[in-house]
Amino acid sequence: MSIAEIEATELALDTATGGLWHDALRRLIRNPAAILGFVLVGFFVGAALFAPLLAHGGPKDQNLSLIVAGCCPGPSHAHWLGVDQLGRDVYTRILYGARYSLLIGIVSVTIGLSIGLFLGSIAGYAGGFLDSLIMRCMDVMLAIPGLLLAIGIVAVLGPGLYQIMIAVGVVNIPIFARLLRGSILAQRENDFVLAARSVGVRRPVILFSHILPNAISPVIVQATLAMATAIIDVAGLGFLGLGPQDPATPEWGTMLTSVNDYLQSAPWLAIIPGLAIVLSVLGFNLIGDGLREALDPKLRGRTGRYRERSAFWFLGSRRREAARV
Amino acid sequence: MLRYLVRRLLLLVPILFGVSLLIFFWIRALPGSPAESLLGERATPQLVQAYRHRYGLDEPIYKQYWSYLKVTLQGDLGVSVASRRRVTYEIKQRFPATVELALAAMLFAITIGVPLGFMAAKRHGGVFDNSSLVFSLIGISIPIFFLAIILKYIFAIRLGWLPSVGRESITSEAKHPTNFYILDAIIERDWSALGDDIKHLILPAVALGSIPLAVIARITRAATLDVQNEDYVRTARAKGLPPSTVDRRHIFRNALLPVTTIIGLQTGLLLSGAVLTETVFAWPGMGSWLRDAIFNRDYPVLQGGILFLAIVFVFVNLIVDLSYAIINPRIRYS
Repeated sequence: MSIAEIEATELALDTATGGLWHDALRRLIRNPAAILGFVLVGFFVGAALFAPLLAHGGPKDQNLSLIVAGCCPGPSHAHWLGVDQLGRDVYTRILYGARYSLLIGIVSVTIGLSIGLFLGSIAGYAGGFLDSLIMRCMDVMLAIPGLLLAIGIVAVLGPGLYQIMIAVGVVNIPIFARLLRGSILAQRENDFVLAARSVGVRRPVILFSHILPNAISPVIVQATLAMATAIIDVAGLGFLGLGPQDPATPEWGTMLTSVNDYLQSAPWLAIIPGLAIVLSVLGFNLIGDGLREALDPKLRGRTGRYRERSAFWFLGSRRREAARV
Repeated sequence: MLRYLVRRLLLLVPILFGVSLLIFFWIRALPGSPAESLLGERATPQLVQAYRHRYGLDEPIYKQYWSYLKVTLQGDLGVSVASRRRVTYEIKQRFPATVELALAAMLFAITIGVPLGFMAAKRHGGVFDNSSLVFSLIGISIPIFFLAIILKYIFAIRLGWLPSVGRESITSEAKHPTNFYILDAIIERDWSALGDDIKHLILPAVALGSIPLAVIARITRAATLDVQNEDYVRTARAKGLPPSTVDRRHIFRNALLPVTTIIGLQTGLLLSGAVLTETVFAWPGMGSWLRDAIFNRDYPVLQGGILFLAIVFVFVNLIVDLSYAIINPRIRYS
């Protein structure tokens, strides 16, 4: 490529093109870390969707004859990731486990997101007494450490798959409510809101079709990162034994509960489900970081220069660390 | 400063009131009525009615809340169903264990995380920087209990260097006046017990501290990079101060501000993480106690324990807020 050509592409890339989302997408697909995130998540979504096709039999199928001398044979040709203490194929259970982890993540984030969105937008837009009331309630919820709050909720609802989804979802509510309220407060005073109000657009319409679309991008970033924490939290609750009460359920956290006894003879029983959790969480974290950068308005129209910024993955992550707690 | 302190203390009142309300209604929502669980199989409708009357459960809800508040404020958290001991007594036994673990974890995270993040920023863009980024990203993606299991497998089971469960050896006859075992060993001048306690502390502390370590390293790095480009740093360099002085007095001190914020925010994570870490290492602290309480349906323990930890959390956050004023000379609360 000649220098003139390079300059031409640089120029073309430097001018802002398309809308925010178009731009963000362009920057996202140029970010190697985000691509890795998409690959990891895609891998697990694929495993979840096609589990019956890829697996060797069902997740609860037992073959006790495989168990020799107390515990389980390691990886072999027939059982790629070995066999657990009840003679079940670990590879198959990991595949089916992906279904649970992804489903739990999506459901609990949706619960937190939708209720948090609702409360946060009311608080941010209405202001006054309603704002104070809602936000003080959120403060109280944040005054109890996340996992303890989740444990308290599980104590009321009883252990189980749906219960831990609800518990983790509820823990997420104040995080989203705070985030959206802040974002809406920042948008509320904008000229386009004033313009809409002056031509007589009704308040709910202003909120939902003028303010929310502009305030939503930090929420999308947070939702991706919340998927990561939700998978970790749910696995934690599963590990504590608060997850699905049928021990045959191939949920990754629950799979780790019973391995303490077999750590000496069959460490891969712990390592494999653990690695599955780490990789899927890593995937969502990478996508979240990539999205945050792609949606950062300060970087708009700078697709060409993006590469040199890829070492900055982790900059500007303070808000998120605060939200994690 | 004093006015700020008073205002912050006043702000605590609605939060604590809210927490007590939340826990009160949460108790009411727990499955199984208290009268029935007290009476067990003998429960007849008449007996249940009598008990409800005796314990004031047939009174209007605001009166019940008031008497709950009165009893709790007097420091009475009830009696554990499982151990038949007072909840306050058990907290005295177990809270020091969790504090010891959390402090050790924090010490580990800060002494490694802060220098790591600072060095990564100084070598910005280099191999060391990039690998520290990758490591810290993996660090925040590991579930704490998985890391705990792996550490236990490698160092306790495979290598046998460190003990895998508990706070001290079963054969230990050390005395425990404060229940902070490390402190106890120092008070009693029992050096073999001190070694034993530290050995037991290492693995749980490393497991619990690794996620805060990753977060602290990331923030220190980001903050140092921010500060490095400030005008006053350029001025300091321009007037010919030695680089080490600029690093120490101009960059590092200012970069520490966001780091202290994050360190404070990790408290909640530590308390949550303690439940999981203590379960893996059979550490006799608050976390494993609360976990057992769920399985035993030991509601007095759950109520008292969660209330206690929530109050601790609220006060730690207050202390963190106040410490900014001391660390940051630019903030003067008025």
